[in-house]
Amino acid sequence: MEWEAVIGLEVHAQLSTQAKIFSGAATAYGAAPNTQACAIDLGMPGVLPVLNQEVVVMAIKFGLGVNAQINKHSVFDRKNYFYPDLPKGYQISQFKQPVVGEGYIDIQLDNGEIKRIGITRAHLEEDAGKSLHEDFSGMSGIDLNRAGTPLLEIVSEPHLRSATEAVAYLKTLHALVRYLGICDGNMQEGSFRCDANVSVRPKNQKELGTRAEIKNVNSFRFVEKAINYEIERQIEILENGGKIVQETRLYDSVRNETRSMRGKEEAHDYRYFPDPDLLPLVFDEALIESIRASLPELPEQKRQRFQAQYGLSAYDAIVLIANQDTAAYFEQVVNQGVSAKLATNWIMGDLAAALNKDGLEINQSPISAEQLAELLKRIEDNTISGKIAKTVFEAMWQGKGSADEVIAAQGLKQVTDTSAIEKVIEEVMAANPEQLADYRSGKDKLFGFFVGQVMKLSKGKANPQQVNDLLKTKLHG
Amino acid sequence: MSLLPKDVAKVAHLARLALNEADIPKYSENLTNILGFIEQMNEVDTSHIEPMAHPLDAHQRLRPDVVTEHNQRELFQTLTLHTEAGLYLVPQVIETKIEE
Repeated sequence: MEWEAVIGLEVHAQLSTQAKIFSGAATAYGAAPNTQACAIDLGMPGVLPVLNQEVVVMAIKFGLGVNAQINKHSVFDRKNYFYPDLPKGYQISQFKQPVVGEGYIDIQLDNGEIKRIGITRAHLEEDAGKSLHEDFSGMSGIDLNRAGTPLLEIVSEPHLRSATEAVAYLKTLHALVRYLGICDGNMQEGSFRCDANVSVRPKNQKELGTRAEIKNVNSFRFVEKAINYEIERQIEILENGGKIVQETRLYDSVRNETRSMRGKEEAHDYRYFPDPDLLPLVFDEALIESIRASLPELPEQKRQRFQAQYGLSAYDAIVLIANQDTAAYFEQVVNQGVSAKLATNWIMGDLAAALNKDGLEINQSPISAEQLAELLKRIEDNTISGKIAKTVFEAMWQGKGSADEVIAAQGLKQVTDTSAIEKVIEEVMAANPEQLADYRSGKDKLFGFFVGQVMKLSKGKANPQQVNDLLKTKLHG
Repeated sequence: MSLLPKDVAKVAHLARLALNEADIPKYSENLTNILGFIEQMNEVDTSHIEPMAHPLDAHQRLRPDVVTEHNQRELFQTLTLHTEAGLYLVPQVIETKIEE
């Protein structure tokens, strides 16, 4: 039987505020345990939560970014469950009346096709603390620094049909929240977390199959692997006549499998009710409009503009716009008069590799956009070859000066003087009489050998196109 | 609508309340009476009335995004004997935690 997977994602985006959602404690990552947990975060009796205005602005920004209905009246509810890292015994969330209602986001698939993915809702809530289960001889350690950190939970419709689509959706969402400046998107630190609801059904069946919810997937790669594993697991059960149990499963990236976490359905009984400590959240159209006016160019608009203005392929445009700083860097290089294609290749190739190797972000690059542009212009005006440019790039990366300085200091200027190149070719021919004879008797493959020898003797500085042309003539004698 | 003894036991479990087995029938009866009262209120036609989330006709006041609370860990941790390396210590949690 042919099966179809149906996937919906829940993303928790940590909002980049200074203070917590309902208290004045700091949200900075990595502080010593419990040094950023105030009386409100600890759930002390008699304290009152007061909503941070910035989270409201951020939620509205997101709503506008996904073309959503924004609810000018929304309500905070208590979601009740017991766990030591939730001192109040409930999480403040939004249940029936979330701040952001239905919207959508367009994703681009590998075949270039655009697919519209529905967003069911996005609501504000507080994060819980962290439990540490190691090293405390039979006890668990609780750090409440994260308790009360603002989250926006973004729920998609079950419109995704494969792990690849799920990843494309996540990456689109990830770029969007970073463009909007509402979330730093750091997946290692848990600022952007994802749960996946996965089910399968026979192709062409309308009703949805029973779903499993996969938790704890903290990278794009793991999302893809976890979903693929889960799809295969469910198909195998169904093909063997079994039934899928609705449950929560944890993804184990080491073993690449999902495991059941929670069988008892009663644990889902959260007994939501409106939080009497918090009045309804109300704002007017004027606030929404002032926020709309302040929005930057969003990823989808930028992608379209990059393709139209610079003639980039969809793939190149998506890679460049994924990070705002990369997109800005690209535009600075191109604005210096470098061709878009050459700039793209270098930014996505050598620059990205060097940044990755040194663990740097593009805005920390030791080579500025202007400096890279200078180097690329030397390729375009034939001062150096693309290959030598890599050597120059390496030297620039190590702080040995600008492109022109490195080229001058190391004598890397490309040799385009025909007679100079001919002289090198003659030397190579004289030094390799056997190969020359073989070539002339029909071993065409040796042409590459001669190119290599000439480039080697010229220390890579001979213009490759001229070497090719001149060699052909010379070798034929 | 009535709340059977087994429903009482379930709600008590969710709320982590330790009930005396012998008291359960009494709770069941009391809670059933309360539900009966709610059913009586349900007879009122409220179809034209907007549900409210709060009895006060007021809305949320907002706070600027400024850090106003600073580290008082030592003070807070005087309330417990069980701390280590700045962490609060609690009995080991057996069930695997689910990030909400």
